Amino acid sequence: MPKKISARYQSWGRYPQIRNEQIAHMERITGPLPLPSDGGTLLAHGLGRSYGDSCVNDTQWILPCAGFNNFISFDAATGTLRAEAGVSLATILDVFVPRGWFLPVTPGTKFVTLGGAIANDIHGKNHHVAGTFGRHVPQFGLLRSSGEHLTCSSTENSALYAATIGGMGLTGVITWVELKLHPIRSPYLNTRTTKFRNLDEFFDISQESDAEFEYSVSWVDCTSEGNNLGRGLFMAGNFSERSRSKAPAELAIPFPCQAPSYLLNSFFIRSFNTLYYNKQISRVVEGLTHYNPFFYPLDAILNWNRMYGARGFFQYQFVVPFEQDRGIIKEIFARITRSKRASFLAVLKTFGDIPSPGLMSFPRKGVTLALDFPNDGEPTLRLMNELDKVVMDAGGNIYPAKDARMPSYVFRASHPRLHQFIPHIDPRFSSSLWRRVMETA
Amino acid sequence: MKRIVIIGATSAIAVETAREFAKDGAALFLIARNQRALDDLASDLNVRGASANHTACFDALDIASHERVLEQAFQALGEIDAALIAHGELPDQEHCQRSVSRTQDSLTTNLVSPIAFCTWLANYFEKRNVGNITVITSVAGDRGRQSNYLYGTAKGGLAIFLQGLRNRLTPAGVTVTTIKPGFVDTPMTRHLPKGPLFASAETVGKRIHKAMLRGEAVVYTPFFWRFIMLIIQHIPECVFRRMKL
Ligand SMILES: Cc1cc2nc3c(=O)[nH]c(=O)nc-3n(C[C@H](O)[C@H](O)[C@H](O)COP(=O)(O)OP(=O)(O)OC[C@H]3O[C@@H](n4cnc5c(N)ncnc54)[C@H](O)[C@@H]3O)c2cc1C
Ligand SMILES: NC(=O)c1ccc[n+]([C@@H]2O[C@H](COP(=O)([O-])OP(=O)(O)OC[C@H]3O[C@@H](n4cnc5c(N)ncnc54)[C@H](OP(=O)(O)O)[C@@H]3O)[C@@H](O)[C@H]2O)c1
Repeated sequence: MPKKISARYQSWGRYPQIRNEQIAHMERITGPLPLPSDGGTLLAHGLGRSYGDSCVNDTQWILPCAGFNNFISFDAATGTLRAEAGVSLATILDVFVPRGWFLPVTPGTKFVTLGGAIANDIHGKNHHVAGTFGRHVPQFGLLRSSGEHLTCSSTENSALYAATIGGMGLTGVITWVELKLHPIRSPYLNTRTTKFRNLDEFFDISQESDAEFEYSVSWVDCTSEGNNLGRGLFMAGNFSERSRSKAPAELAIPFPCQAPSYLLNSFFIRSFNTLYYNKQISRVVEGLTHYNPFFYPLDAILNWNRMYGARGFFQYQFVVPFEQDRGIIKEIFARITRSKRASFLAVLKTFGDIPSPGLMSFPRKGVTLALDFPNDGEPTLRLMNELDKVVMDAGGNIYPAKDARMPSYVFRASHPRLHQFIPHIDPRFSSSLWRRVMETA
Repeated sequence: MKRIVIIGATSAIAVETAREFAKDGAALFLIARNQRALDDLASDLNVRGASANHTACFDALDIASHERVLEQAFQALGEIDAALIAHGELPDQEHCQRSVSRTQDSLTTNLVSPIAFCTWLANYFEKRNVGNITVITSVAGDRGRQSNYLYGTAKGGLAIFLQGLRNRLTPAGVTVTTIKPGFVDTPMTRHLPKGPLFASAETVGKRIHKAMLRGEAVVYTPFFWRFIMLIIQHIPECVFRRMKL
């Protein structure tokens, strides 16, 4: 009988709820793979920081990989690190920032594994200069259900290399990873925060700043309409050239319990957004910021996802191409604002045109928006279905790492190279997301 | 504290302690059962800043092998400042109730083997009038319970042994540290359902590192186990013997 899932192998959005999942254990990451004798499929699981159902395998088997967390080697002359795929970005920062190295690309949380970072070919605040995570991974090991242990790079098993980067864990288990670290002189960044009153101002600031700043991201208020539509804060930074200084003490506060749902009513969210926008009085503020608050503001509250209560929440992230009149992004904003369903944490950013090495990678040139929707059931789903249509009509696409509901047509349109990817899927691997979007569940 | 021997080094808890010592740039001699796991761990610790260039294999059931691996450690490191003994197993209680030889093996792994290591280490440190011996026992050794009293017997016996050893070595300036973890999420407890009382190996491993640097005597980790065990130890036997624990 399948065991009841332990809460640890849920996704970050805690939606959909998992009915039952069985846990397979591997002694060493180099295998052998514990192939389920019931003929079921496996899915590697990192730290479960994906939001929807891409990191779960309901009714089938989960293979926990975060415990495989040994470093293998480091070449200080080139900054080349080799490590097992379960090593987290937080550990890499811990060990290497004091030696003058940073991650080449990092998402908004440091609690993700190398394997998870490759499987979703994650992007960071420096996409316009560095591209995706996969671009900084010259090679990795891949364990297939056939028992083969392959080295994948752009020259060796190159088709599997391209399929595994952004491949959502479907091509096998990533065992070890080679990663090129980025040299820094200091753990602090020179930062500039600029207020923008609307979307046009955002695009203007963004254009001006991209050449000047390596990192940039914006927070947008999705609750104000009319003249204030799309107001927010543009945050940009470069690592300081002044030599290293000591980091301030890190204090992570755990979110104590599951919150009651009335905490996140629209009045509360609107007040939060207004307060946040007005916390800065002058238009431009410059400062020196440690990398932790700059890159990982949410990591200061462990398990913040629990504040959305037992029903969980959705996250919705899309990218649409740039257009002259910015009409589409404005229309999307207007719809979200009108719906009054958006939560805090709407994040806006422009992607550059550096191509991703992965067949299925999400980022492409344009503007991307990520936002949370508390799970209010049907009306929330209806809103996202409407947004899908606008995004699709604009030639945009949706990020599976954050998805729990996109229909099959949207997934297919978001992945134009799907037909090239499918032949590389390992027959003994699958995920809840994959069965859902391929409509095979 | 620069030169450290870790016995049972590939245990999930010991790995985390070793990683803390690696951050300090310590020289480590790693002893465990599985050579491949030892090699992987040594590479990891070297990347993290240790010099962990020497390892040795042993089996706790082969007491005769213990002196040999310690000898290798003394030779490789020149001198030793501290030792951590971490290996152990959680035997199936019901199996032990049916099999004396299984009982004997579990007592050898969890009690006789650590005592054997301590015997040589104590004599070594006593001569030098300095050093620290740290051993992982368990809260399970604080009171016998029907669900795991064979494990508890070994850990409780070990705690008494360490108490005596501390008493003997204190005048010589050698510290003896008894670590009593509560529930820890490691391969040893993989089969158990995880409740809120479970700590991570990282939390416990870091605490051990701190305890070794300070030469503390008895450490419950996480700290609240001291209170839990205080209560459990004080339940009158006439009540306790009827409880299902
Ligand atoms: C607060 C927050 C901010 C975020 N910000 C960003 C951001 O800015 N940019 C961005 O791109 N993403 C972002 N994310 C999403 C996150 O970076 C990705 O979902 C990431 O893939 C999670 O990694 P994980 O180790 O937790 O993997 P999981 O979520 O556990 O798994 C993710 C996928 O990786 C696969 N996988 C994991 N390990 C292996 C392995 N060893 N071999 C093969 N496949 C494996 C799984 O099968 C699954 O398909 C954010 C998430 C959070 C919670
Ligand atoms: N986990 C808990 O809840 C908990 C609670 C209290 C105390 N402890 C104690 O903490 C210590 C570390 O355990 P852990 O939790 O980190 O679990 P673990 O990862 O399973 O470590 C146990 C270690 O003991 C080794 N070992 C077992 N039998 C051996 C033998 N015959 N010869 C040589 N080595 C042997 C194992 O070697 P292999 O790797 O080769 O198998 C393993 O490395 C143990 O002493 C345990 O009793 C644990």
